[in-house]
Amino acid sequence: MRAFAYIRADSTDSALRGMGSPTQPDRLNPQVQYLAGGTLLLDLMKLEVLSPHQVIDINGLESEYGRIELTEGGLHLGALVRMSQAADDARVRRDYPVIAQSLAQAASAQIRNMASLGGNLLQRTRCTYFRDTSWQGCNKRQPGSGCAALNGPNRQHAVLGVSDQCISTYPGDFAQSLVALGATVETVGPTGRRSVDLEALYRDAQQPELETNLLPGELITGIRVPAGPWTRNSAYLKIRDRVSYEFALASAAVALDLSEGRVREARIALGGVSYRPWRAREAESVLKGQPLTQANATAAARAAFATARPRAQNAFKVELGQRTLVRALLQVAGQTS
Amino acid sequence: MKGSEVRRGYRRVDAVLKVTGRARYGSDFDGGTSPAHACLVTSRIARGRISRFEETPVRALPGVLEILSFKNLGGRIKPGQTFPTGGYMGSSVAPLDSTTIWYAGQIIAVVIANTFEEARAAARQLKVEYIEEPPTASFAVGHEGVDFEGQTEKGPAVGDAIGAHTAAPVKIDARYATPTQHHNSMELFTTTCAWKDGKLTVWESSQNVYGYQYGLADQLGIPPADVRIVSPYLGGAFGGRSFLSQTTAVIALGAKMIGRPVRLEASRADGFTIATYRAETRHRVRLAASREGRLQALIHEGWEVSSRRDTYKVAGVDVSTRLYACPNVASSVTVCAADRATPGFMRAPAEVPYLFALESAMDELAVALDMDPIELRRINDTQVEPIEGRPYTSRALMQCFDVGAERFGWNRRNPTPGSMREQDWRIGFGCASSLYPTFMAPAAARITLWADGAAQVQTAAHEMGQGVRTVVAITAAEGLGIPLDQVRVEVGDSSLPPGPVAGGSNSTASVCNAVAKGCQDIRERIIAAAVAAAEGPLKGMIAREIRFIAGYLVCAAGREPLRTAIARLGRGALESYAENSPHGTPAGGVAGMYKGQPAFTGGTFLKDRIQCAFGAQFVEVRVHERTGEIRVPRLVGAFAAGRIVSPLTARSQLMGGQIWGMSAALHEATQMDAHHARYVNTDLAGYLVPVAADIGQIESIFVPEEDSLVNDLGIKGVGELGNVGLNAAIANAVFHATGLRIRELPIRIEHLLERLS
Ligand SMILES: Cc1cc2nc3c(=O)[nH]c(=O)nc-3n(C[C@H](O)[C@H](O)[C@H](O)COP(=O)(O)OP(=O)(O)OC[C@H]3O[C@@H](n4cnc5c(N)ncnc54)[C@H](O)[C@@H]3O)c2cc1C
Ligand code: SF4
Repeated sequence: MRAFAYIRADSTDSALRGMGSPTQPDRLNPQVQYLAGGTLLLDLMKLEVLSPHQVIDINGLESEYGRIELTEGGLHLGALVRMSQAADDARVRRDYPVIAQSLAQAASAQIRNMASLGGNLLQRTRCTYFRDTSWQGCNKRQPGSGCAALNGPNRQHAVLGVSDQCISTYPGDFAQSLVALGATVETVGPTGRRSVDLEALYRDAQQPELETNLLPGELITGIRVPAGPWTRNSAYLKIRDRVSYEFALASAAVALDLSEGRVREARIALGGVSYRPWRAREAESVLKGQPLTQANATAAARAAFATARPRAQNAFKVELGQRTLVRALLQVAGQTS
Repeated sequence: MKGSEVRRGYRRVDAVLKVTGRARYGSDFDGGTSPAHACLVTSRIARGRISRFEETPVRALPGVLEILSFKNLGGRIKPGQTFPTGGYMGSSVAPLDSTTIWYAGQIIAVVIANTFEEARAAARQLKVEYIEEPPTASFAVGHEGVDFEGQTEKGPAVGDAIGAHTAAPVKIDARYATPTQHHNSMELFTTTCAWKDGKLTVWESSQNVYGYQYGLADQLGIPPADVRIVSPYLGGAFGGRSFLSQTTAVIALGAKMIGRPVRLEASRADGFTIATYRAETRHRVRLAASREGRLQALIHEGWEVSSRRDTYKVAGVDVSTRLYACPNVASSVTVCAADRATPGFMRAPAEVPYLFALESAMDELAVALDMDPIELRRINDTQVEPIEGRPYTSRALMQCFDVGAERFGWNRRNPTPGSMREQDWRIGFGCASSLYPTFMAPAAARITLWADGAAQVQTAAHEMGQGVRTVVAITAAEGLGIPLDQVRVEVGDSSLPPGPVAGGSNSTASVCNAVAKGCQDIRERIIAAAVAAAEGPLKGMIAREIRFIAGYLVCAAGREPLRTAIARLGRGALESYAENSPHGTPAGGVAGMYKGQPAFTGGTFLKDRIQCAFGAQFVEVRVHERTGEIRVPRLVGAFAAGRIVSPLTARSQLMGGQIWGMSAALHEATQMDAHHARYVNTDLAGYLVPVAADIGQIESIFVPEEDSLVNDLGIKGVGELGNVGLNAAIANAVFHATGLRIRELPIRIEHLLERLS
């Protein structure tokens, strides 16, 4: 870890002021970074994947951005709400179970108590070649240096949304549930406040060093999840090598609006198998208007993985991802446990 | 002293110290004064040499005091020998000796700075370039008729195994694989070195303080008397702290160069390459039986990986060929050299991989015979090992199976694979044998009994959490007839009387027998005085009828307080220095102990007999029909290991072993980038071990066993027994649940997925 300056922001303004107005921002390794729970930032600073000169602690803004609000129009989550706080919130659990479950199954209790929802959205991949700077081939860390994972151990890597530049997996869980429900993020930056569709926040794998469309210095302040008849009827299924404290091999966030056994609306996102939080629209349209049967669920899953590009060690994720989605769909429809 | 009240005190003597943070581990020391901090720089290539090493800019960084490398330490540290060749080292590569790279993760420099953060930041800045050669990462594929290139040695054999295998009506011929594993003790590899008046003190968690003392003195070329190793508590070891790692000598020299104590806390990732590990293995097992299930042939071939420098092997055919009655046996072990660090002991080094293969094959044979797997083992049970015909001192394998089966509910098992279900989960029951050789080594202890009836025991045994302080205290309390809390135990220091390396599950047997001897000596001296006294209640009594109970000397005619009896000897304290030399100790074995080279005996090493502890492992697994996750709701193990000195700590050992066995079956594996011969999952997020949520119900049952031959106290040792065979039991249960035979560990979802409905 390199030496760095630490400032504590006590207002949005002071946070933004601390950011300054970077003229030629280093988007790979921003020289000024916000610090929320620190569970990701400090980890990557110790590994020297990130080496900011200045860190702005935003935990002082908790009174402003640390609330959970539920209205008829939907759910609003402040960026500084802790993962455990949202996972344990009775209203979230009742009306948005997919969100509560995705958070409750992530990381460990200790990390969930520290980590913020805003920080959670900005997770970086667990790919070893990215995290360990002694490796030489990682386009995400060093543009143009190649991708060692293509022919290395790639069991954990993605099959959807990948490119020849990068096959890393987005490791989080929460973002999947949000992407399924069509959430937007609210930000404030040097040029003012804006609201962005969360799915569009994550960039594709063509230029792996750039992960999001956040503007330099932009602060996430909250997440808005629109209400819908499907949110209550939702679940997050996460499949992994051990029962807890482990990233997904495959996961599915599913929300269904069912009427007399037929799917009026399906909202599906996939994790563990994809480069970024992955909305499975093809699967949604296969199900729309159809009865939720095993056969239709299987067809939807097949559609979701039609574009999968497996590698030597992760080919099983194509099968596992489909099975995970089928199981999640049947589970939400009450047809299996 | 059976049945005295101290036995009922089922507790750890150091429990309160541990939970209040007062127990000091190797990593808890700072060398007496504020130490300088070291950080390692390790090689990113696995084979080749350093071509450029730019230290000047790093020397100018804040806080940097010294940089150690081949430039200033080349030729300074003597290359030691590894254990199999009579040495003390985990590897024969001398640290920081030259520009040659033998494996990825080899230490190439150590940066010493005022603070840990400065050392780490500076270490990152060191620019090193290499000339790289393509490495061999693991088994090199062989040619026609040769599985993997390597050095082959024949193992135990009898009869005509190939002929009998060919001729038999029912047979199995299968290949198995186990992965690379690392100990990953909670406590990191930390070492703190300080020099004072030419003498070196090292605070470092070690399960072999005498070995470290002599080995380090040898590396540095100084008299052993000038080296002291302090390691009162270890935060786990599992074999990983048996031999000197690559760090200690370097840190010692660093401390000398800067004239100040130096402390190194190596990172979790460094721990994967600076010490030893369990190398991957491959097996071919051929079994043949008569239709009634009697074994006709057993052929076990093993392949192991070692480093280019050292031929380390675990050669588990030594036990796998002796577990069952069989007239025709053959075996071999081939060691294959790779560009890797030298492997070493890891909990049940030989038995974990070799019994995975054998006990999986036995289950396959039971299926081929359409026979219950317990019955197959019963038919082939024996009290005499089949190779040289030596008798087992005691062997309660089938009692373990019977007790375990009853407790587990084995009779509820429908033998048809895939026939037991609950909702979307398929249920599987599996079992396997466990065995661990009863090793012993010479040990010494000094017992002091003070005038007030309190005692102290000093011995260089090692408290790794297995409870050596507790068993020593119980043995002394029983031996002297005093309450447990009146015994003070000092272990883990090379200035104490020698104890053997805490390996091979030998500590309790080796050390307690020495302690018991010392207590007996003290008792005899007190009794002699008491019966010869001019007056007193024991005057003229028969010496051997006098017992020491609860602070009294007791015989049928009367009793006398221990304090009174001690006072009669007119001394402030009675001291006894005891050495125990177990049955079969070779000439020079006791002398070797004083140089950290205790002669191991027992197990399969004896001419006249064979001694092992046994167990039966039972598991229930559940496999999700759709997504293939494997859950383990129940583990039941029944173990016969002679006399159990401390039920609480023994049960913890077995339970921990069972959990580790499950971990070996389902979770643990060090993954490698084969192109670069480098490990990739070098943290506890990537190197999976079970978390609490993975662990269901665990039962560890002691099957009573008395063995008066193994040693005076009848102790067999339980440190490693619990995790042997469990990996096979899980694979067998997975087969029972799904009909899929997985012969490669760890068993992962992808192994099952394709074939689930
Ligand atoms: C061992 C381990 C296992 C884990 N397992 C899982 C898992 O299974 N599933 C899962 O989902 N997650 C998992 N996590 C990740 C964990 O959830 C994230 O580390 C955490 O959510 C990050 O939140 P934080 O508040 O600590 O972020 P920080 O570390 O504080 O920040 C992360 C990044 O986001 C930026 N940032 C933070 N807040 C804002 C904001 N409001 N606006 C703009 N930028 C911001 C920071 O500058 C930084 O770059 C795991 C983590 C670890 C260490
Ligand atoms: S997969 Fe992406 S993160 Fe991993 S090595 Fe390739 S480019 Fe880097």
